[in-house]
Amino acid sequence: MRQDTKFTNQNFRVIGSRVNRPDGMDKVTGRARYGADYDAPGQLVGLFLRSPHAHARIVSMDISRAEKLAGVKAIITADDLPDLTNGNREMLDILENSMARGRALYDGHAVAAVAASDVKTARKALKLIKVEYEQLPHVTDVDEAMQPDAPVIHDWIFTQGVNPTPKKPSNVCNRTEMGHGDVDAGFARAAHIIEKSYKTEQTHQGYIEPHACVASMGPDGSGELWVTTQGHFAYRNVCAELLGLDIAKLKVTSSEIGGGFGGKTHVWAEPIALALSRKANRPVKVVMTRDEVFRATGPASSTSIDVKIGVTKKGRIIAASAELRYADGAFPGPWAILGAMTSFACYDLKNVKTVGYDVICNRPKVAAYRAPSAPMAAFAIESTVDLAAAAVGMDAVDFRIKNAAKKGTLSSYGVTYGPIGIGPTLDAAKNHPHMKAKLKKNQGRGMACGFWFNFGGQTCSTINIAADGTVNLSVGTIDVGGSRASLSLIAAEELGIPYEHVKASVADTASLGHNDMTDGSRGTFSSGMATIVAARRAIEVMKERAAAMWDIPVDKVDWKDGHAVAKGKKNSKLAPLSLKEIAENSPNTGGPIAGHNEFVADGAGVSFASHLCDVEVDPETGATRIVRYTVIQDAGKAIHPDYVEGQFQGGAAQGIGWALNEEYIYGEDGRLQNPGFLDYRIPVCSDLPFIDTQILEIPNPDHPYGVRGVGETSIVPPLAAIGNAISNAVGLRMTHVPMSPPRILAALEAGE
Amino acid sequence: MSTSTVSTTINGDAVQFACPTDESLLDAIRNRVGLTGVKEGCGTGDCGACSITMDGRLVCSCLVLGVEANGRAIETVEGMADGDQLHPLQEKFIEHAALQCGICTPGFLIAARVLLERNPDPTEKEIRYALAGNLCRCTGYDKIVRAVQAAAKEMRKASKKRTRK
Amino acid sequence: MRYETPETTRDAAALLAAEKGEAYILAGGTDLLVRMKAGLLEPDLLVDIKQVPAMNGIQQTAAGFRIGAAVPAVELGEHRALGRTWPGVVEAAKLIGSDQVQGRCTIAGNLCNASPAADTVPALMAAGAKAVVVGPERRRTVPVEKLPRGPGTMALAKSEVVEAILLPQRPAKSGDAYLRFIPRTEMDIAVVGAAVNLTLERGVVKTARIALGAVAPTAVLVPRAARAIIGTRLDDAALEKMAAACSAACNPIDDKRGTIAYRVKVAGVLARRAACIAYERAGGKR
Repeated sequence: MRQDTKFTNQNFRVIGSRVNRPDGMDKVTGRARYGADYDAPGQLVGLFLRSPHAHARIVSMDISRAEKLAGVKAIITADDLPDLTNGNREMLDILENSMARGRALYDGHAVAAVAASDVKTARKALKLIKVEYEQLPHVTDVDEAMQPDAPVIHDWIFTQGVNPTPKKPSNVCNRTEMGHGDVDAGFARAAHIIEKSYKTEQTHQGYIEPHACVASMGPDGSGELWVTTQGHFAYRNVCAELLGLDIAKLKVTSSEIGGGFGGKTHVWAEPIALALSRKANRPVKVVMTRDEVFRATGPASSTSIDVKIGVTKKGRIIAASAELRYADGAFPGPWAILGAMTSFACYDLKNVKTVGYDVICNRPKVAAYRAPSAPMAAFAIESTVDLAAAAVGMDAVDFRIKNAAKKGTLSSYGVTYGPIGIGPTLDAAKNHPHMKAKLKKNQGRGMACGFWFNFGGQTCSTINIAADGTVNLSVGTIDVGGSRASLSLIAAEELGIPYEHVKASVADTASLGHNDMTDGSRGTFSSGMATIVAARRAIEVMKERAAAMWDIPVDKVDWKDGHAVAKGKKNSKLAPLSLKEIAENSPNTGGPIAGHNEFVADGAGVSFASHLCDVEVDPETGATRIVRYTVIQDAGKAIHPDYVEGQFQGGAAQGIGWALNEEYIYGEDGRLQNPGFLDYRIPVCSDLPFIDTQILEIPNPDHPYGVRGVGETSIVPPLAAIGNAISNAVGLRMTHVPMSPPRILAALEAGE
Repeated sequence: MSTSTVSTTINGDAVQFACPTDESLLDAIRNRVGLTGVKEGCGTGDCGACSITMDGRLVCSCLVLGVEANGRAIETVEGMADGDQLHPLQEKFIEHAALQCGICTPGFLIAARVLLERNPDPTEKEIRYALAGNLCRCTGYDKIVRAVQAAAKEMRKASKKRTRK
Repeated sequence: MRYETPETTRDAAALLAAEKGEAYILAGGTDLLVRMKAGLLEPDLLVDIKQVPAMNGIQQTAAGFRIGAAVPAVELGEHRALGRTWPGVVEAAKLIGSDQVQGRCTIAGNLCNASPAADTVPALMAAGAKAVVVGPERRRTVPVEKLPRGPGTMALAKSEVVEAILLPQRPAKSGDAYLRFIPRTEMDIAVVGAAVNLTLERGVVKTARIALGAVAPTAVLVPRAARAIIGTRLDDAALEKMAAACSAACNPIDDKRGTIAYRVKVAGVLARRAACIAYERAGGKR
């Protein structure tokens, strides 16, 4: 069947309404089960031994005393994990990140794991494992790691993307270049050139739920994994490959997820939990501590970025370039590439060039974090854009309006835009009441724009019509922010039934075909499309059943408002059949009624936002308070406006934390000094004002309802919006994130 | 004597459990009593996901030993609803979309209930400071504060009605 | 691990004295349990003092206030007379951690942890508070500033227990205030803390005590800063002199919470602001 997923303008019945979420009741009563809330009979406790060193060779490891301890059922080290990856270095990196192979590459890198009958025994066993380390020189700073005399962390890394490939290994794993036109020629014609360098520190996704799973495997190669994840199919495939299992024999069930923001798109302890279970032939439960979460999972890159922007007298950007250096942690990733792609995506530029360097250092392997890599690039670019506007004496919003990308713009990353929302968000910003609010002493207003691609990807959904006309919707994308509500709305809309008649569930990996992860803001976009098509297919089946019940040809049956309707004069006496009536009769008309859709969701719509922010800076302490904050973003179509607003507000709050206080602090010894919520300071309730939102709806032409992803763009502008606001409050250009009180006070004092 | 038998009251029910003396009340409630609505986000009192009340006082159950619960009265999120009647805070959290992932929700509900018992008409600032010990990473707190305001309003209305009667 | 719940202070002290292994007092447990969880401590004995009557409750006496060592911070906030008399001490107690933490933590515990950044310690020092210390043999009353020796160490014998904190009665026209700087609005450990306690006579500062936290190995009294405002109406010049004395008294470290330069500067700023609040609370008008 052909899938028509093009946008068609329509009047919606339930889409856009603010219904109660289906998982709300379980979540307010404590019944919802998260990663750590599941137990298997006879389960063991799994704990990890982690490296206290930033970089060390594991000279020897003696597990014999731990093995002999009563209650210890299995110990796993790298020796138990043969390389089955067939030369796939990326997969081997994942395995090596789960368990060090001869070398510990960062503080917190797992070196051994124990499964024991209880926590106390497991803890005792960890203490009995004797590891002899030879400490190696380490490097944790991105710029230092690029120096020629820096300790080279992997001897197999030869910079890709330069010609010829270097003969010597280094920490620079990749160089990426993006752009078009001739920047040198552009700069030569510029009336003003602004050049500035920036640094941003490493941040963590900071989900409140630590990683947790229960793994259960037998020696027959079959197993189950209950786990908190953003992608249970991906976890299944990766674990199966690393452990040499048949994919279909590993069943992964996703628990409720207590926040992920990209950090639960990657496996960490899960392959090891399975290996422990297989070795012990008992279920094993692993729950990370917060300390482990900070030291060994997540973080986003720390960065160092140079920006150069040339403008004409009239305020047109004539050339723009940036060099972006992203720390990937202990293993290569695509992080600088994403930074280089997103840098100038908001603007219509004739001459643009970005160069990204992905750099290895002795920090945890970097993971996706909400619009990964874009916030840091936006901080550097949007700060410089404000400087460029000032250089030509233009208002920051007007300057951006003048230079904004639009339909037909060749983007800096090579795509030509369709209809996009950057212009409309800027117009909305200009006219927003926020712009007219009075500012008090030491207060300043800033703004910034942000962009994110949004993803599609492999997706499938199934609709099963129950005998009473209620509907099960099974999806394969994890619900991280309310997608069961939005997808139920979509099913109800298509089928013409009340929202309350739909029950959406996230199916386990044995019950549905492969789904890519909930990442790239794809959940409602991709599963929404799959649901629309699945529903339309179920309707086709129901039309056939109605035709059978009426004994008329199926082409004489229409579907309208949840009913089969007989067409033509001849059939005018046939009363419409409701979905419920058709369902009730299904045992006699061909059995259960279902609709499926398995496909690759193409055509994710790019999303833009403009943020406005007022801050107050205490000039004597350097403390910054967010006085007012407004998010304006293009959602394409807001299926459930509450949860679209929730995404806007949550992203902004994370960006505010990133801008002001959050950072990984490493000591000279390369050890993380603040692996806890006490000193890794995410915003608390009293730190923030209400966060105003304005949803714009510029339909995505490649989605039936016009949906774009909404989850990520909101974290992109805050760093720069706050930096620009601070600049306007106290006349300081902060170039180092977080813009913490000591940094601001030091800058103020230096300025004086 | 490294294990202790503890007799306590949880959500009005008499409960007995045995636990090692150094086990946290959080672990005891979750693993021995089976009330997993009490969540662990940090284990160090920094996130509030494990908030409960003990003899009416708001505490982090990760910062209490299981043995300390002996003879005390404990309330968890599982005890908030009155039969099939949700607490107004629970209702308003659903209505106002004050939860996304929901892992912090039980702690917020307990902390907000203690606030409203003490102060039925809190200002926005009072709400924000009273809830500062509960971390939420999804919502930016906006809808949580609005839900608490709405619940407070409804509870004030209900208590006026009661006093009129 | 043994867990004991003695009913007298002397019994608590005797338990500590008799224990050969590692023994700790459990009051609120908000620091102790965190360190146990991290594996930094593995006590052989915990002595829970919350069932000792003499360590519970806040009493108002002719001499002032007696705050039992097991009284959680939240109870300080609920005690009206205490809040009226010693608002600075109470606001310091109300700054520790969250409401949840304040439901457990005690000011005696805050003192005995001997953290240089403890919020209530500068406020207690400025207030001239004393600690009632009980050992198996004798009890003594010690000014609070005599107890912390350095980070994590106290001038207490192994078997000595703090039973209560005493706050003096105070003359009319007195006020105290505590301010701390943290990067967020709540939940952080003080980067700098400043407490000011003063008494006025016709608008002139007659007596003053000023203490700082998180700027030296222990919280410190700064007599020079107090002298800078005694005899003044807290004019700008006096405040500047006081702030400078505070900054000069700092001997901080660079760490994940703040830099040396930052702490030195902000100590003066906070002391100045706290002094103005204390002055106003004492009925003074600048």
